[in-house]
Amino acid sequence: MRYTETGFNLEVDLSRGNIEKVATDPRETEDFLGGLGTNAKILWDRVPPDVDPLSSENIIIFSSGLLGGTLATGANRTIMSTFSPQTGLMAFSMMGGFWAPELKYAGFDKIIVRGKADGLVYLWINNDTVEIRDASHLHGKGALETAELIREELNEPRARIMAIGLAGENRVFYASIEHERSSASRGGIGAVMGSKGLKAIAVRGTKDLNIARPAEFWEECDKVLKYIEFRRENPIKGVPPILAGLGSPQEMAIHDEQWHTTSFSWGNARIRRKDFWTEERAKQWSEVQAKSVERLISCYNCPMRCGAIVPHPDLPTHRYMMKCYSKLTYVMGAMADDLDFGFKIAGLAQEYGVDGYTAPQVMAFAVELYENGILTDEDLPGFPEKNEDRFFYLLDKIVRREGIGDVLADGVYWAARKIGKGAEKFDHNTIKKHEQIPIKLGMLNPIYYILWSTGEKINITQIEGQMPQAPFFTKELKEDFIKDWIQVPTGKEEKFKQFIMEWGEEGKKFPFWPPIDLICDLVEWQETMHYIDDTLGLCAGLSSFPLKPAYHIHNLPLLVSYGTGLDIDEDGLWTIARRIRNLVRAINARRGLRRKDEKPPEDHWKKRFPEYETKLLDEYYKYKGWNKEGIPTKKTLETLGLGYVAEDLLKRGIIAEEDDTPSNETSEEKE
Amino acid sequence: MKDEKKKTKIIKRIKIDADQCNGCRACEAICAAFHAEPKYSSVNPARARIHVIHDPIRDIYLPVYAGEYTPAECAGRNTYTLNGKEYDECAFCRASCPSRDLFKEPDSGLPLKCDMCETEPPLEEPMCVQVCIDDALTYEEVEVEVEEEEEVKVEDLELGLEALIDKYGLDKIMKTVARLATPEAE
Repeated sequence: MRYTETGFNLEVDLSRGNIEKVATDPRETEDFLGGLGTNAKILWDRVPPDVDPLSSENIIIFSSGLLGGTLATGANRTIMSTFSPQTGLMAFSMMGGFWAPELKYAGFDKIIVRGKADGLVYLWINNDTVEIRDASHLHGKGALETAELIREELNEPRARIMAIGLAGENRVFYASIEHERSSASRGGIGAVMGSKGLKAIAVRGTKDLNIARPAEFWEECDKVLKYIEFRRENPIKGVPPILAGLGSPQEMAIHDEQWHTTSFSWGNARIRRKDFWTEERAKQWSEVQAKSVERLISCYNCPMRCGAIVPHPDLPTHRYMMKCYSKLTYVMGAMADDLDFGFKIAGLAQEYGVDGYTAPQVMAFAVELYENGILTDEDLPGFPEKNEDRFFYLLDKIVRREGIGDVLADGVYWAARKIGKGAEKFDHNTIKKHEQIPIKLGMLNPIYYILWSTGEKINITQIEGQMPQAPFFTKELKEDFIKDWIQVPTGKEEKFKQFIMEWGEEGKKFPFWPPIDLICDLVEWQETMHYIDDTLGLCAGLSSFPLKPAYHIHNLPLLVSYGTGLDIDEDGLWTIARRIRNLVRAINARRGLRRKDEKPPEDHWKKRFPEYETKLLDEYYKYKGWNKEGIPTKKTLETLGLGYVAEDLLKRGIIAEEDDTPSNETSEEKE
Repeated sequence: MKDEKKKTKIIKRIKIDADQCNGCRACEAICAAFHAEPKYSSVNPARARIHVIHDPIRDIYLPVYAGEYTPAECAGRNTYTLNGKEYDECAFCRASCPSRDLFKEPDSGLPLKCDMCETEPPLEEPMCVQVCIDDALTYEEVEVEVEEEEEVKVEDLELGLEALIDKYGLDKIMKTVARLATPEAE
């Protein structure tokens, strides 16, 4: 018997209309666990590097994580993996909600979809009965609306459904996949789903999911739950309210938006409004929020109420669900001051199915181009006066790919190059061709320099976490923070605690402090914990993202071992995470990712230090066992049991037998 | 002063505050796992003796416990509108009945019923209440007075019978009582 996983994947070929239930190899679980790990292995094995992301040869994987659907709180993530039309690289996107646990109860760990349907279809998985059903009547329907219609049609209110909206159908490069209160937004996976003619996937399961060592497993889960309760009573002292608790930032429950509105950039990642959060504004915004939030809601098996039900009379469903920070992204992109606008447009945008980070930035970029005469009234006929109205106008054009919307639908990077006339200069917040969270700060932060540069998950929030973003002001706060900081990896305790204690003292400030080896440790720790979460299907909001999370490198190996019956300790789990990290890097290297792509925009910080930055990257690559181009060396891959990957990269001339690049000149110097 | 005819007993009660329910279904997961054999060896919410009626688009979040099994469906069904939201009568019903697949073992179809997690040694609270840290479910034990003697006072019974005789006539009531008293005669 297989434990915590079902041992079966569902293979669907939409071109041939073929459906197969395929038993998986338990050795893959030992090497890659599940979720992101086994997804990466499948993409490496099956998708040659020259496959166009929107072609029928691309595959898209909808996966649960290894612990998904078990009693582990927050083990509910769906991990989608494919290749991104926007970056050309492996697309990472995940969502919470209810879908992945339901898939497990239906008896599958993953659905792997290839090919392209003739017309629009949806998948209906009811335990072992799997159908490809006609979805032509759902053309152009909103994502939530689609889910409602399918539930009615199937007469199964308990079916869990993910769907794309119009944006996905029209292959907008930042189209999302939406599911109730969650969405998988980064990398344009909604466009990939759309390119396959797959409108939605509905699933209902009533089977058992087995646990290898039940009593011990539950005991660990219970400890996690008790710790979550403890943290409700004991928020972190000395940090803004939005950072003090667990969960994804509690944007639906907390009214105090000082931190986001004054630290992040407004417009096209252009200005900071440090004086935005006045008493009057706070009052006004709390009133809007109180009116807009009907109920705080959660994902499967999790007490954190990160989401909310929001009434929206203009939508066919009259309500939608929101989470995290999308109430602000449109407001800030449109320089709109009015929170109500945020709730209105975010609801519509979710129905269309676009990424709540990228879409407002593309629109802010278009507004800037218009204000600078690069886009004209000819490109934007009838363009309204007010920014809020302009955003509604642009959203509509983009999701329909109408007129200039067709260009903007490819995202800032590609649109800037298509528009020309100096538009490239306004593309100042993309990394690896993808829009980033708009944060423009003063002094280079060496830890974040490496995170932004080398992250392949495209979103900084998906690789950062656990570390305070600024030094604590007083010695007491520092001591309070480190006194029960149990989450730090074995062997790093003293080093990390010393960092917290010293940080901010004279001579202990960025950018030339802390020492590079410690910077590398901190970067790797933050990112690795996210890779583990994405493999196990755990929500980062309880694990890799917040300060002092409920899950950490000490209880995760126990949960994996008790759950699966495998025997995995801290070192073992760390090694598996490194194997997955290096495989992802190899997949992307094979698709052309090089050092030249690994840099934050020029204005990301006001104060930059080019020589030091080069050194940071050199040292981090070395630390990771990567060559000067940031590609894992043969030795690194072989040590991790990825000899077959090394062989492939060698054959293609991507790496050399010796530990460095084929030539001495890096891709960056060539440019 | 306490009536000497009465004694007390402990009633175990789960209070449901649907306004606090976040729809996470942790109650379903733990219920299924707790009742698995051995305990916690599997999770399958379809086996749970609690079910969250969950319809976010209508803002309906309603945990319901499995109650008695009944072999018959209700003849008519009502809908209730509360605060502008329409609920099917079945939403509030705890029965394992033929009209729906709720509160039945998914394999055998046998009815499931909440047992308040009675176990040895006893738990402080049923498991669903323990995991519901948002307090949509809370547990209480209340002492209630119960009649020591017959449940219905004779005068009340007479009054009721009189009403029935008035309505149906003595003959019909006699025949019905005789039939109920000897079911094997049917």
